[in-house]
Amino acid sequence: MEIVKGKKIEQHLCDLHAAEEGMAVKAAHTPINELLTNFVKLHSGGTQTSTSELTCEECGLSFSKFRESSLMGCPSCYKSFEGPLSPLLERAHEGGSHHVGKVPRRAGAGEQRQAQLTRMRKKLNEAVTAEDYELAARLRDDIRRYEEQAE
Amino acid sequence: MSIRQLTDHAGEWLRGAGPHSDIVISSRIRYARNLAGYPFVNRANRRQRFEVLDRCKQEIVSKRLADNVLWVDLPDSPSMDRQLLVERHLISRQHATAGDDIPRAVALDAAETFAIMVNEEDHLRVQVLRSGMQLAEAYDQIDRIDDVLEEKLDFAYSRRFGYLTACPTNLGTGIRVSVMLHLPALKLTGEIEKVRRASRDMHLAVRGLFGEGSEALGDLYQISNQTTLGKAEQEILADFEHTVVPQIIAYEQQARQALLKQRQAQLDDKVWRAWALLTNARVMGTDEVLQLLSHLRLGVNLGRIEKVDIRAINELFLLTQPAHLQKLSQQEMDAAERRIARAKLIRQRLEQATR
Repeated sequence: MEIVKGKKIEQHLCDLHAAEEGMAVKAAHTPINELLTNFVKLHSGGTQTSTSELTCEECGLSFSKFRESSLMGCPSCYKSFEGPLSPLLERAHEGGSHHVGKVPRRAGAGEQRQAQLTRMRKKLNEAVTAEDYELAARLRDDIRRYEEQAE
Repeated sequence: MSIRQLTDHAGEWLRGAGPHSDIVISSRIRYARNLAGYPFVNRANRRQRFEVLDRCKQEIVSKRLADNVLWVDLPDSPSMDRQLLVERHLISRQHATAGDDIPRAVALDAAETFAIMVNEEDHLRVQVLRSGMQLAEAYDQIDRIDDVLEEKLDFAYSRRFGYLTACPTNLGTGIRVSVMLHLPALKLTGEIEKVRRASRDMHLAVRGLFGEGSEALGDLYQISNQTTLGKAEQEILADFEHTVVPQIIAYEQQARQALLKQRQAQLDDKVWRAWALLTNARVMGTDEVLQLLSHLRLGVNLGRIEKVDIRAINELFLLTQPAHLQKLSQQEMDAAERRIARAKLIRQRLEQATR
């Protein structure tokens, strides 16, 4: 530990991603959690019910669960939580609210395509859970064919 | 290629070459991507995680990225190997220590210019590492890797939010740019706060590199962007290349010149004491070694000592870390044994590298 004039000279400016740098971190997602909690308090007049009950239809993640972990459950969560999330994103990204960078080549009809893949994989998941392996095999082939058709 | 072959040399990023390599140790860019149609790793079930791993593996080892890609399934790897990959900055600590029930892997090329983590926080975390200030080159390479992968993989993407990531702080480009800087003179002159302030004003994160938590051991500082939404990749890069890094380089150079002019005897004393200890001590802890290597590196860069080359010093920053030390000695050692082995390794390496 480095101490200069009786003070630790290092401090975390962003705990969030220290983990990915290969360094030990105490609590990986504190800042955005604080942001979230403060935000929700601010905008709900002390009751957190309305926002907390939001749930992603696709993966079932609730907004309150997201608040605990700071992690989204699936791509659809961004749509499901768009309302309460938007102001937070702007604060976390210096006011940035819309993507302006690289666009993937397959993005042409991308969002429809992604929704279709999500639906197909959901069916596959249900088939496996129901132990209907014949249907599962068929769905798997369908998905593979669909994936291979580039836009 | 195997992990064993990684052990006794350092990756290309520690070559001590490249523009401004006296101050900029390395340039790193990583991006996060997720496959469309799957939940993110934290919410996917075991079968889905395996599917993601298989899909990614197919594309990564297809030889379209490099002739020879080393694929390491982490749950099957000894913990020492995983620790070694962490010390080399090829995987995160989180990726090394996640439960064995999470199928996950890392893929590397022989020169360690890229490392691809599969099923970390996001399905894919791709990073490119370069020696010195080479962000543009690093970006070209990582952009090519992205293009190759997205030919076959559908990435989760929305027109408004860009690439969708498990944590909203990575949303948008998914790009994290970081440079590792050696700033011993700013530290010695007590001006490191300047760097902190400048970085904070620009919404950049400043972290230490080695060791626990945020400690900047060895006067090594890593600076990275925090904003990934609302800024294009090129803007993020340009901030670093044209504003942030040149400014910090200038601060450090001024501090080095001030030391040379005003405190030369003290500077030389630091450098030569470091040399004396590193070449003679019999028991050494990591923190002490990193600090001494930092002073020695400064001395070599300022021409105060000409006995040893920078590459050897750069490599020692890495090879004296616990897992590297044990892999090199081919035995497990407790902390006390490591301190002795560390001192010995340094004496040997510096003797070999002495001009």
